[in-house]
Amino acid sequence: MADPNNFGPNDDEILLSVQHLKKSYGNHEVLKDISFDVPRGKVFVLLGPSGSGKSTLIRCLNGLETIQGGTIAFKGKPIDGTEKTWRRLRTEIGMVFQSYDLFPNLTVAQNILLGPTKVQKRPKDEVERQMDKLLADVQLSEYKNAYPRELSGGQKQRIAIVRALTMNPELMLFDEVTASLDPEMVREVLELMLGLAEHHMTMIVVTHEMEFARRVADTVLFLENGVILERQSGHDFFTHPETDRAKAFLDSMAPISDEE
Amino acid sequence: MVLSAIDSATTVLAADSGWTILFTGDNLTRLLGGLWTSVSVAGLALVFGIPLGVVLGALRIMHNPVLRAVLRLYLEFFRIIPTLVILFLFYYILPREMGVQVDGETIAVVAFGLWVAAEISDVVRGALISVPEHQVDAGKALGMNGLQLLWYVRLPQSINLMVPATINLAARVIMTTSLLLLISVIDVITVGQQIMEANRMAHPDSAFWVYGFVFLLYFIVCWPLAMIARALEKRAKERNNG
Repeated sequence: MADPNNFGPNDDEILLSVQHLKKSYGNHEVLKDISFDVPRGKVFVLLGPSGSGKSTLIRCLNGLETIQGGTIAFKGKPIDGTEKTWRRLRTEIGMVFQSYDLFPNLTVAQNILLGPTKVQKRPKDEVERQMDKLLADVQLSEYKNAYPRELSGGQKQRIAIVRALTMNPELMLFDEVTASLDPEMVREVLELMLGLAEHHMTMIVVTHEMEFARRVADTVLFLENGVILERQSGHDFFTHPETDRAKAFLDSMAPISDEE
Repeated sequence: MVLSAIDSATTVLAADSGWTILFTGDNLTRLLGGLWTSVSVAGLALVFGIPLGVVLGALRIMHNPVLRAVLRLYLEFFRIIPTLVILFLFYYILPREMGVQVDGETIAVVAFGLWVAAEISDVVRGALISVPEHQVDAGKALGMNGLQLLWYVRLPQSINLMVPATINLAARVIMTTSLLLLISVIDVITVGQQIMEANRMAHPDSAFWVYGFVFLLYFIVCWPLAMIARALEKRAKERNNG
C-alpha cells in the first residue's frame, strides 16, 4: 500500500489546469478570465481583498459552483461539468471549509469513515488503519469517539482535514480554514497544513494569514475584482510585489507596528 | 346545604340516570370498538401516508421545477379543500365514476393517507431545507450523491424537527376521524349516536354522558400525543441552541 503521507512530486505534471474561467451570478461577473496551472506537489495561495472572488474560485475547482465559461482540467482531462463527473472527482479533490462542517450527529470516527467507506466503498478495516494513523499524527486519537460539539474549533478543523485526507485526495482545497478560529487555535491548523506541504501535497489555499502564506506558497495568485492581477513566487510576492494594488493590500494586512 | 348537595349529586348519579347506559349491555364494548375503528383508520392512514410523504418531501427539494410544481399543487389541493369534502369526493364521486365499490373504511384510509402524505411532505421539506447549505457542501465535497446527501446529511440533522410535527399531525388525524360517521363508518361517534337513539325515551339526558365519554376517549388518545410532541419540540430546540 502506498504511504498516504507521501504525495511524491512527479516532475512537471500539471495536476489542475484552469483556462479562461468565467463565473457570474446573474449579470454580476465574479470571475472574469482566470487561467492558471497547478503542477503536482505545489502549493498555490490565493490572496486578495474580500470580494475579490477567491472563495468563489476555489469552490469552482470542485464543482460546488458552476462556471459560465472556460475549462477546468484535472490530470490532463477537461472536466465536462456534469454533476456525475464532479462527484467522481470530488473523491480525488479534497476540500476543507471555513465552518469545519463536521456532521454534528456523527462521532469523529464516523465523520472520517463516512466518505471512504460509503462513497469510495473501501474496506472498513483498511480505512480504519489509515484513520488511526492520521489521528495519531494530529494527536487527536483520544477524540475518536467524541462528538464534534465536544471539540474546540482548532480540533474540529484538524479533524475536518483528516476527514478529507482519508479519501486519499491528490489535490486539497482550503477555503479560509482558519478564519473562524480563535487566534491560539490558528497555529495548530496552520502547522498541520505546513506539514502537508512538506510532504508535497498539492494544495490551493485561500487565506488571510500572511506569514503562513509567505512560508507555504510556491506561487501566489493575487486576485482583485475577479481577475488575477499578479502571479509570483511566494517569496517574490511578499518581498517585491509588482502592482500598487498588491502593495496596498500587503500594507493593509501588515501587523500594526509600535513605531510611527 | 351539604345534605342538599349530596342529595342532588345522588340524583345525578342515581341508578336510572343517563350515565348507566354507558355500562348497559355491550354499550361500553361497542363504544370502545368504535374508538378502535377511528384509531385504526387514523393509524393505517399514517402508516401509508408518512412514508409516501417523506418521499414526496424529499422530491420537493430537488431542482426539477415541474416536479416541484406538481407536488406543490398536490399539497395545496389537500390544504385548501376541507377534509370532509375530500372524504365525500372519495366516497360518493370517485367510486361511482370509476364503477368500483369499496367500503367506507378503505375509502377513509386512502383519503386520510393522501392527506397525511401531503402534510408530511411539507413537514419533511421544511425540515430538510433547514439544514445549512454548507453542511450539504461538506457532504458533496466527500463525493456523495443526492441520495447519500439525503440519508447521511439532511435527514439525520432534521429528523428532530420532523418528529414533533408528525405526532401533532397524528393527533389531528385521529380527531378528524370524527368525520367518518358522515360516510357511514361505524366510528366511536356513530356508536354513541346509536346508543343515544336507542335510549331516547328511557334516558333523555344520555347525550351529555355519551358525548362526555366520547370526549374523554378522544382526550385519552390525543393528549399523550400532544405531550410527547411538546417534549420533543422542546428537546429539539435545546439541541439546536446547544
